Amino acid sequence: MAAPVIEARAGEQVRRGAPAPRNRGKFSVHFAHYKWLYLLLLPGVVYFAVFRYAPMYGVTIAFKDYVPFLGVNGSPWVGFQNFQDFFSNPDFPRLLGNTLILAFLNLGIAFPLTIILALLLNEVRLSVLKRTVQTLVYIPHFLSWTIVASLSFLMFALDIGPLFQFLNGVMGTHIDFLSDPAWFRPLIVLQEIWKNTGWGTIIFLAALATVDQDQYEAAIIDGAGRFRRVWHITLPGIRSTIIVMLILAIGQMLNTGFEQIYLMTNALNRDVADVFDTYVYFVGITQGAYSYSTAVGLFKSVVGIVLIFGTNWLAKRFNQSGLF
Amino acid sequence: MKIHNTTGGRIFDAANYVFLSLLGIVTLLPFVYVFAGSFATEAEITSRAFFVWPEQFTLGAYEYIFSTPAFIRALVTTVLVTAVGTLVQLAFTVTMAYPLAKKTLRGRQVILSLVVFAMVFSGGMIPTFLLVKDLGLLNSYWALVLPAAINPFSLIIIKNFFQELPAELEESAKMDGATEIGILWRILLPLSKPVLATFALFYAVGIWNDFMSPLLYLSDNSKWTLQMYLRQVTAASDLLGTGNVDPNYIPPEQGIKFAVIVVATLPILIFYPFLQKHFAKGMLIGSVKG
Repeated sequence: MAAPVIEARAGEQVRRGAPAPRNRGKFSVHFAHYKWLYLLLLPGVVYFAVFRYAPMYGVTIAFKDYVPFLGVNGSPWVGFQNFQDFFSNPDFPRLLGNTLILAFLNLGIAFPLTIILALLLNEVRLSVLKRTVQTLVYIPHFLSWTIVASLSFLMFALDIGPLFQFLNGVMGTHIDFLSDPAWFRPLIVLQEIWKNTGWGTIIFLAALATVDQDQYEAAIIDGAGRFRRVWHITLPGIRSTIIVMLILAIGQMLNTGFEQIYLMTNALNRDVADVFDTYVYFVGITQGAYSYSTAVGLFKSVVGIVLIFGTNWLAKRFNQSGLF
Repeated sequence: MKIHNTTGGRIFDAANYVFLSLLGIVTLLPFVYVFAGSFATEAEITSRAFFVWPEQFTLGAYEYIFSTPAFIRALVTTVLVTAVGTLVQLAFTVTMAYPLAKKTLRGRQVILSLVVFAMVFSGGMIPTFLLVKDLGLLNSYWALVLPAAINPFSLIIIKNFFQELPAELEESAKMDGATEIGILWRILLPLSKPVLATFALFYAVGIWNDFMSPLLYLSDNSKWTLQMYLRQVTAASDLLGTGNVDPNYIPPEQGIKFAVIVVATLPILIFYPFLQKHFAKGMLIGSVKG
């Protein structure tokens, strides 16, 4: 998506004296001149054709009754049958609900926390402390979801996990957080916060560094306190970054993160845990309903694309800088 | 400029410093606990709620996992797949980025548009799985490497980097009779070392941490990678409704779980100083609009 912008910018720079035939010449001459470059291009083009575009063609099985023996081309067309099956399946409202609830919990809790953490870090003038805290809170971002899930299993292990004992001790309960469906969403949001809040501050800290320092001096002279400065100068100063990040987050809303959800799903919490991505896996890969699950996946990506373009359009309407 | 600080401001600063310090420590606690637990005895893990230092130090868990063939195999496999996969991704991306950086190359715009479209839309899990299956790559380590051989975003970034290198360098090499491949190998690559090192780290972490590809493409558990092994070890005593774990598997003792997590995390922590530096920069390249 960013490429056209980058293109336009790069186009301003003019290259001098490359002894290349102009674009209008005969292609065979052009090709002979550039044969090595075309040769270098070949593996990449083959890669995109095979591993990116062939699966896009494979999406047609969403409108077919895919039979492995007949292949993508040979399987019979069934029109929108798979989509009708999905929309009339009680799984559909459940998946949509689960996905949206998780998305809104992340948007409503993890997203503002990232901004708040960035603001707090921005207020630190002791650079040693700032750097140390940044170093520590960035670490979880690089750990795999398998490690995050495994750490959760140990921390909340029945009867012996430190957080199991601590939280149940505080609340006077005996809850198995890992299997209790009511605790599935809080756990997911907690993992998300632990893993990505620190890392997410980078973008906002970069934006905060560009806020005009003179405005602060003026505000101090006018007698504005710490919080009023944050409210009237800092936050408006990073408004466009917040909007862009919000657009990105909303555009990604249905991408609940296959690995995280899959790893935390178990027999007892399936009702609240299933989201589009994991459903496609369970129904498609483990049960072999290829066409049906492809239809589910296609529905999800189409809605995702509409969300991205829709939020971008909205942002522009409100006279903010959109993404493209 | 020295900002005049009020009493309220000073109290806020103190509270903020304390809060952020605590936050940093709390973030690290789960890992400190697991690290300590990996050197603790079984009895200590089950009896003490939380500790950052074992009372009785033992290497038992590590001795056990490093004498388990399945673990060694998963570890060696993952190291090899990560190394080969990183090289493949670098090679594919660089060879494609270089011709695309030449503005006079015909067909370039079409290919670039197709690359950009591939960023927005993908075939998705099932069509990709069926393709890998039809190519006969199921249960092959190539299935972990080839489907992700080129990341369109890094392709564009590397292409732009090549485009911004001074054209004179290439021209003088051409005068000396070097071919394009010679120029790429002897002039551009040495100049791009820092950028390529950053991407190599990026790819390596991605492959090391990858759980979805082995889950989808490796059903033969003798081929499992470290992340798959870790999943089996730590989730075995959990309620598994998700399949894919050997039913004959005997849940391991606690200490072994701790030790496997440590081994799976250690390479990331060792490379963390480089990661933090380069990733932070990389994240800002594509994200902040000027």
